[in-house]
Amino acid sequence: MDELWRGFTQGIGLLVSLDPEVMEVAGRSLLISLSATIIASLVAVPLAAVIHLNSFPGKRAIITVTQALFSVPTVVVGLFVFVLFSSAGPLGGLNLIFTPTLMVIGQALLIAPLILGLAISALSGVDRAYVDTARSLGAGGLQVAGVILREARFAVVAAVIMGFGRAVSEVGLAIMIGGNIKGFTRVITTAISLETSKGELELAIALGIILLIIALVINIGLSRVQQRA
Amino acid sequence: MKIISRLLPLMLTLVLVAALTGCDGFGALKPQERLRVATTTSLYDTGLWGYLEPMFEDEYGVELDVISAGTGIALEFGRRGDVDVITVHSKSRELEFVADGYGQERVPFAYNYFLIVGPADDPAGIAGLSPEEAFKKLAGGSGEFVSRGDDSGTHGKEKAIWETAGYDYETIRQAGQWYIEAARGMGPTLLMASEMQAYTLTDMGTFLSFQGDIDLVPIVDNGAILLNVYSVIVCSNGSNAEMAANLVVFLTSADIQELIGKYGVEEYGLALFTPSAGAEPES
Repeated sequence: MDELWRGFTQGIGLLVSLDPEVMEVAGRSLLISLSATIIASLVAVPLAAVIHLNSFPGKRAIITVTQALFSVPTVVVGLFVFVLFSSAGPLGGLNLIFTPTLMVIGQALLIAPLILGLAISALSGVDRAYVDTARSLGAGGLQVAGVILREARFAVVAAVIMGFGRAVSEVGLAIMIGGNIKGFTRVITTAISLETSKGELELAIALGIILLIIALVINIGLSRVQQRA
Repeated sequence: MKIISRLLPLMLTLVLVAALTGCDGFGALKPQERLRVATTTSLYDTGLWGYLEPMFEDEYGVELDVISAGTGIALEFGRRGDVDVITVHSKSRELEFVADGYGQERVPFAYNYFLIVGPADDPAGIAGLSPEEAFKKLAGGSGEFVSRGDDSGTHGKEKAIWETAGYDYETIRQAGQWYIEAARGMGPTLLMASEMQAYTLTDMGTFLSFQGDIDLVPIVDNGAILLNVYSVIVCSNGSNAEMAANLVVFLTSADIQELIGKYGVEEYGLALFTPSAGAEPES
């Protein structure tokens, strides 16, 4: 228990003193995971509306597969992206392996199914009458999508929050394709993993506390939007 | 559409905040020469690479990216051309790596010794034995043993000791409940062995840095087979062979060899590595 307490106070201390190395790692975690969340949301949310509003063969199968992808271990997505972008892989020529850019791509791939699946569920909860009314008033596809997304905004923002949570907290993918390079691809989760393997358990706990605080701040911000929108 | 127009300012703000808080996050935007090294975890977790990295960067004006991984995955990164240089510790696999044309030359630059650590009361009674004799006694079921089980250099050394002691490694793996595979790095393996009050094989550096957190002591620390040699190899498939060659020169230079030989004295009271100046050490 002592260790936990010391880790907690050390974490607060590092935050209050704006320790430059910790701030840099925390900033990078935020930048990478927020970028991934925005990219994934810009693709997944509109796609959810398209899938929800149209009926086509294989729709049920697409939704099932999307939901199954929620459970894919991050390290498996990491391996997949690694094999694609490794110098010996098909996209190796882009020279993106062990860069923050590839971490954004990897995290976006990781969370897009989650946001897509949850957004589809969110839209399914909207009363069918809204869509019918909008259509009967002569609304086009885009307008209908706007109406239904607006009705489901609470749950859609929740889906985006979940996506961010999965991105910022994962470690397997970040280590596999980022390499945990100091000052370049090191994020909070990979720093925690490193400090643990170095035996710096208190520092590892401290970093965990900082991640928690960042997540708290982001969630407070997003739920304000959720309630205002 | 309203939802999107309302969310847009939020998204822009988020991007802005992110960019401001971590404006150096995408260092890739700066065009700078980079050299990638994949290293075995023990050279990184002991802090040796963190200590040497700025010196090399200053001397050669290059950004050194050090990726800490087990010897197995470091060799794989080297084969695929994802890194330019590797620093590892598994002689037979290094020689195979070079023979297969993936590496240019194996240059040993430092060494130390592995230790068999265990509970202070030594329930299996292996203190004072040779490593091979100690393993034979453990195989008799007189104590639990936690193996790295992750194909790392340390795991490779453990297999070599079993084989020298006259066992088939696969038989040992299946031998019973006393043999436990951690499938983790050295640090977590030590923590696990400590919790279980079991024996394990460890490199000296990681053991010293964990000493305060675990309840294990060195039991067997003497025997030719415990020699642990760290080598540097330039990868043939890397993209920066010239700078990679500079790193080999740097690591084997007299100044850096002296610093390697002194590393750890201040923190642990004893040196973690013995410099070997490019030659194979004699045990």
